[in-house]
Amino acid sequence: MAILPQPGLMKQYAEKGSLKPLSPDVVSEVDKNFSPYWKELGSSGDKTYGVMIKAAYKSILWYRPQAFSDAGVQPPTTWQELVTAAGTLQEAGTTPFTLAAGPDDSWTLTDWFENVYLSQAGPENYDKLAEHEIKWTDPTVKKALETLAEIWGKPDFLNGGVATATKTKFDESVTQAFGQEKAAMVYGGDFAAANIATTNAKVGTDAKVFAFPKAGDTAPAILGGDVAVALKDGEGAQELMKFLASPEAGKVWAGLGGYLTPNKNVPPDAYADPVAKELIGQLQQAGDAARYDMSDLTPAAFGATPGDGMWEALRTFVQKPDDVAGTQKKLEAEAAEAYK
Amino acid sequence: MKAPKDGVPPAATAGGAAAVADPAPDPPRKRRSRERLTPPSWLALLFLLPALALLGFLVVYPIVYSVIRSLFDATGDAFAGVDNYTGVFQGRENLIAVRNTAIWVVVAPSLVTIVGLFFAVLTERIRWATAFKLVVFMPMAISFLASGVIFRLVYQQDPDKGVANAAMVAIHDTFAQDTGYPGAGPRGGGDQPLREDAGGVATTGTHSAGQSVLMPLVKVKPEYVPDGAEPAAQPPPAQAGQVTGTVWFDFTRGGGGEPNVPNAGETGLPGVKVEAVRGGEVVATATTNADGTFTMADVPDGAYTIRLPADNFTAPYRGAEWLGSTLITPAIIGSYLWVWSGFAMVLIAAGLAAIPRDALEAARVDGATEWQVFRRVTIPLLAPVLMVVAVTLTINVLKVFDLVYIIGGGDPNASVLALEMWTEAFGGGNDQGAGSAIAVLLFVLVAPAMLFNIRRIRQERT
Repeated sequence: MAILPQPGLMKQYAEKGSLKPLSPDVVSEVDKNFSPYWKELGSSGDKTYGVMIKAAYKSILWYRPQAFSDAGVQPPTTWQELVTAAGTLQEAGTTPFTLAAGPDDSWTLTDWFENVYLSQAGPENYDKLAEHEIKWTDPTVKKALETLAEIWGKPDFLNGGVATATKTKFDESVTQAFGQEKAAMVYGGDFAAANIATTNAKVGTDAKVFAFPKAGDTAPAILGGDVAVALKDGEGAQELMKFLASPEAGKVWAGLGGYLTPNKNVPPDAYADPVAKELIGQLQQAGDAARYDMSDLTPAAFGATPGDGMWEALRTFVQKPDDVAGTQKKLEAEAAEAYK
Repeated sequence: MKAPKDGVPPAATAGGAAAVADPAPDPPRKRRSRERLTPPSWLALLFLLPALALLGFLVVYPIVYSVIRSLFDATGDAFAGVDNYTGVFQGRENLIAVRNTAIWVVVAPSLVTIVGLFFAVLTERIRWATAFKLVVFMPMAISFLASGVIFRLVYQQDPDKGVANAAMVAIHDTFAQDTGYPGAGPRGGGDQPLREDAGGVATTGTHSAGQSVLMPLVKVKPEYVPDGAEPAAQPPPAQAGQVTGTVWFDFTRGGGGEPNVPNAGETGLPGVKVEAVRGGEVVATATTNADGTFTMADVPDGAYTIRLPADNFTAPYRGAEWLGSTLITPAIIGSYLWVWSGFAMVLIAAGLAAIPRDALEAARVDGATEWQVFRRVTIPLLAPVLMVVAVTLTINVLKVFDLVYIIGGGDPNASVLALEMWTEAFGGGNDQGAGSAIAVLLFVLVAPAMLFNIRRIRQERT
């Protein structure tokens, strides 16, 4: 058995014939515990190969409650409230955001974009864009970029301005917010808790999360995740896969902390860690609208290469937030090349 | 005990000279001795075989395979012709890599050679020369990766972290001290008592002598508020001919508080310059006290705009953007200089020691100045060494990777061909065809320099 970090990778291997499909027994277990979207991610052609065993929840913003209470703002629920809160924080003398837009860590920018896009354009368009059935020059992309520019386009909102933001690494951005207390909010998935643990701030009291604000009608729920696949036929492997797909396996791991699962039959109470409990609530609320991280669904040349493709196009957009059309053209050109 | 059995004197087996000098002009014997001198070709081949096999496997095969691979597309199945080669010169990222490589090849070797020459000549003249050389040479002992990490820190944007910007800020601040409240400004939205005015802040309405002015500012960063600041007070009552007022940070901790009024818990901003302006002309000035109040005396009659000039709000000097798109390649070349100048210095110093002293003495006796001696005698005599250093560095520069990879941190503006080769082939591009094409191109570029060095070594032998 192997555990792969990207469904795209799983599909490549499945097409090469390196993976063994799940037995009907396991597939029925998957059907029982996962929504069709997650089953589909673990499938290639008409066969199911993988079980999503672990998720990274990417639709949250981390914030410093102290900075929020000093400025008298509440965690926002809509994009408009987020922009207003950022303005108020700035008036109170606190820089609202740190942005990790360094060339190696521009994946945070793709996550921002995905959250806004999923929220505004909806899950169907999201899927189409991920498959490049919608062009990046589409008006929905334009709207999402314009929305992002309401925050990215204000250098005063970003710690150190654009010059610092476009060189900041992800771990640095978390340290700037919670270690040096230079900003009130930072984007990071649930895994950012590990980075916060290296500072003096305590997760849950000095560092809290709120759901990524809705920029449109859909509450965004973006996940990354690991998919387990079987490399060999054999009863043992299928039994283990079946166990991994079951709620029991999820409950055990959830009790140990640092874990989220898209398995809908693992109850929130099974999670030991309060932040995880909150996140799983959000995730289960999103239900069928939850989507996998788009940049991990696209070809790696477009969605996962530092200094290239979507990463660099969005990083350039942070430097030139007025140039929405140019950014779209660049994204489309890069995508056209990567999908060919 | 082979020699006695053969009946040949031991001297003959020891070397060719003895054999050739054999007085006996016996042809068969001569042939025999020649056979002994050169081993049979099959034996030579046998001895060379391990080396040849290793070289073939590690050098020739990869080169040949790279050339073949570069003619196929990403999957390796379809023949792509020269598309991969033309692709090197297409696309913004690739063109930047080509441009940067050109900059590197032109600038870095000559710069390092010049600095090395400079150090070598200087160390000839100073005491403790060995200690100095040791220090300059020391970076060579550090791995490039570690050097890259060091210089990434050196070039950090934040002057609290990056020593380059810390030095620039320190020098700047000795000449011009920034004071004030960078970033501060009036509250946004309509109907506010203050507005932005050419980088500064001015009242929306006008005021005249005998009036008091409230000047609420927001966006004040706590770290810029001096320790001596006191809670904001109401402006003192204005006497005839006076304009009084308060400049304060109009934000109550925790929100709430009536805007545009100095509430309890709000801080006055000391040290702010205030001007009364009419028609672009400053008629009176004042500076705020610890509680933010100010009093302008001797204000003539008339209506004035009260202004906080822009120098209250100038952003502090933060140094250069070393890792920005324009400076990043020069910055990385700087770190390369740090690593390699010791190497150049040691080679050139060795060449310098080998220069015949009498040539220099003769020039001095003939009345040449030190500069003329250096320019007309030392440099021409050193030219071969300088050439070797520059050419070796050129070869080295074409394959520079570690420093660019670490300091550039993936920024395409720093990319060079060697890095692009890796990115295309393995670092996400997954196109080994394109990567191989760049590799072959680099090989072609390095080849003339290699040939030059080989020819030089041959010349030195003869």
